[in-house]
Amino acid sequence: MSKQALIQTSALNRYYGKYHAVNDFNLTLHKGEVLGLLGPNGAGKSTTMQMLTGNIFPSSGTIQINGVDLLDNPKQAKKSIGYLPEQPPIYRDMTASEFLKYCAALHDIPKDKRQSAIDIAIERCGLGDVANKLIANLSKGYQQRVGIAQAILHQPQVVILDEPTVGLDPIQITEIRELIRELGKDHSVILSTHILPEVQAVCDRVQIIKEGSTVFSDTFEQLEQRQSAPVLLVGFESVVDENELSTLAGVKSVQLLGEARYQLNYEESPIASDVFQLSVAKGWKLNELNQQTESLEQIFMNLIHNESVASENTVEEVVKEQVAKNG
Amino acid sequence: MDKIFTIATTEFKRLFNSPLAWSVLAILQFILTLMFLIFLDAFITDIQPATATMENPPGVTSIVLSPLYLWTGVIMLVIMPIMTMRLFAEERMNKTLTLLLSSPLSSTQIVLGKFLGIVFFILLVIAMISLIPLALTIGTTLDWGVIFTSSLGLFLLLSSFAAAGLFISSLTSQPIIAAISSFGLLLFLVVLYLSGNSQGNSSEVFIYLSHFSHYLPFLDGVFDTSDLVYYALFIVGFLILSIRKLDNDRLLG
Repeated sequence: MSKQALIQTSALNRYYGKYHAVNDFNLTLHKGEVLGLLGPNGAGKSTTMQMLTGNIFPSSGTIQINGVDLLDNPKQAKKSIGYLPEQPPIYRDMTASEFLKYCAALHDIPKDKRQSAIDIAIERCGLGDVANKLIANLSKGYQQRVGIAQAILHQPQVVILDEPTVGLDPIQITEIRELIRELGKDHSVILSTHILPEVQAVCDRVQIIKEGSTVFSDTFEQLEQRQSAPVLLVGFESVVDENELSTLAGVKSVQLLGEARYQLNYEESPIASDVFQLSVAKGWKLNELNQQTESLEQIFMNLIHNESVASENTVEEVVKEQVAKNG
Repeated sequence: MDKIFTIATTEFKRLFNSPLAWSVLAILQFILTLMFLIFLDAFITDIQPATATMENPPGVTSIVLSPLYLWTGVIMLVIMPIMTMRLFAEERMNKTLTLLLSSPLSSTQIVLGKFLGIVFFILLVIAMISLIPLALTIGTTLDWGVIFTSSLGLFLLLSSFAAAGLFISSLTSQPIIAAISSFGLLLFLVVLYLSGNSQGNSSEVFIYLSHFSHYLPFLDGVFDTSDLVYYALFIVGFLILSIRKLDNDRLLG
């Protein structure tokens, strides 16, 4: 492996009483990578993050942070981590700059470098105007930024953000995402969320968790390729011969969706130009030629549901159902 | 050590970000000064004339100041739980404890930092109470030895309240429950003292276990190392329990 693994966990398990919240979970984070942890509510994202930051101990398994074992040497390992939990851990009765000063001291930043570290964090998180206001008087978005400032203050190699955009307005969300992308340039970031577009917008790699186990872990291209639906939707002015359509190269089956609209199911990736040529040759009036790709949303839903529904429920079937519903 | 001090000073400063610490200090000072006035009035009008003919009459220190220190201890039974209730319970409730838990700190540093922050507050309380005897130096001479041991005793007593309150605060995420439970615990120790002293079934063990039995000698100017050891054990015991509780939370919570 050419890249150095900043976080390396092996077979993490965590029980809450009898409840098995995280089940044999593995995670590897490389330098300069933005990893999205994705999963429905209660999938074990927060528990995982709490374990990675030493807030709770795993029931079994190991966590290596930058080569240091978190369980054996927590103080050393925690120096490489900046953590923003779901609810920003900010003292509402302090001003933002007072609070950051406190965090700087807690994080072992040498006295002479504290002020410059605080200034950098304030600038990066756009807190300049509110630095001397009480945190209690800041809007939710700014409070969130103070939380992020706290997480990046000591220039940790890994920044762990737990649902950083929950409860923010669209403008704030965009700004925070911008900031996260910015962070991805010189820090490695782990981001948990249940909002797909967010992962799509900022992450290099995605790890989907369901009931405490990983169901998918790869880059976005892989995710899209893996389950892009091989389906074309075509619509004509008037009803045409289905058999003609089914003779096209690669077409597995043809389905009438209604009013001269057809769904062509392909074995592999569809070839739209064939349909066009056929229509021209036959003199059919083509109204619609639409390559049906699944949105990430659907892929995500499939991944989450496929596991719980019977495994023979193939992607095609799921797509069919969805298309039928939408069509 | 540095970080313990950082946590302590921040905790101490944060006490004064809300009106709580200010009002506690103000009310405490008001009530104690009023009591001081009553005790002093009684001393001047009744006790001093009555005992003037005695060979070794009791002085103003033992008649006025000792009860004052005793009453401070009693009032602080109520106040200390309020001061300590927030330490961990409020951080849990607001989910800010994560900040300390994910910083490179040990549970020991966190607990000691929080405890030291309250100790600063106790020192402030004692400094303010000490202003009251100072007012007497205008008209009379005081037994500074007794005042010193009384202050020391009060410091130990309040520190032990704080340690117990800190531990109970670490058990819950509701400040009010923390306050009521610590008050209950402290009151229970007072009840032990009362029942140990009650006629008919007095018990040395009960008296030994209670706070106040170890506080009273200090007020008479007696410095007994066994009393010091009692408080030291009490404080260290509860601090260790708090540290264990924090560690356990990460394991089981």
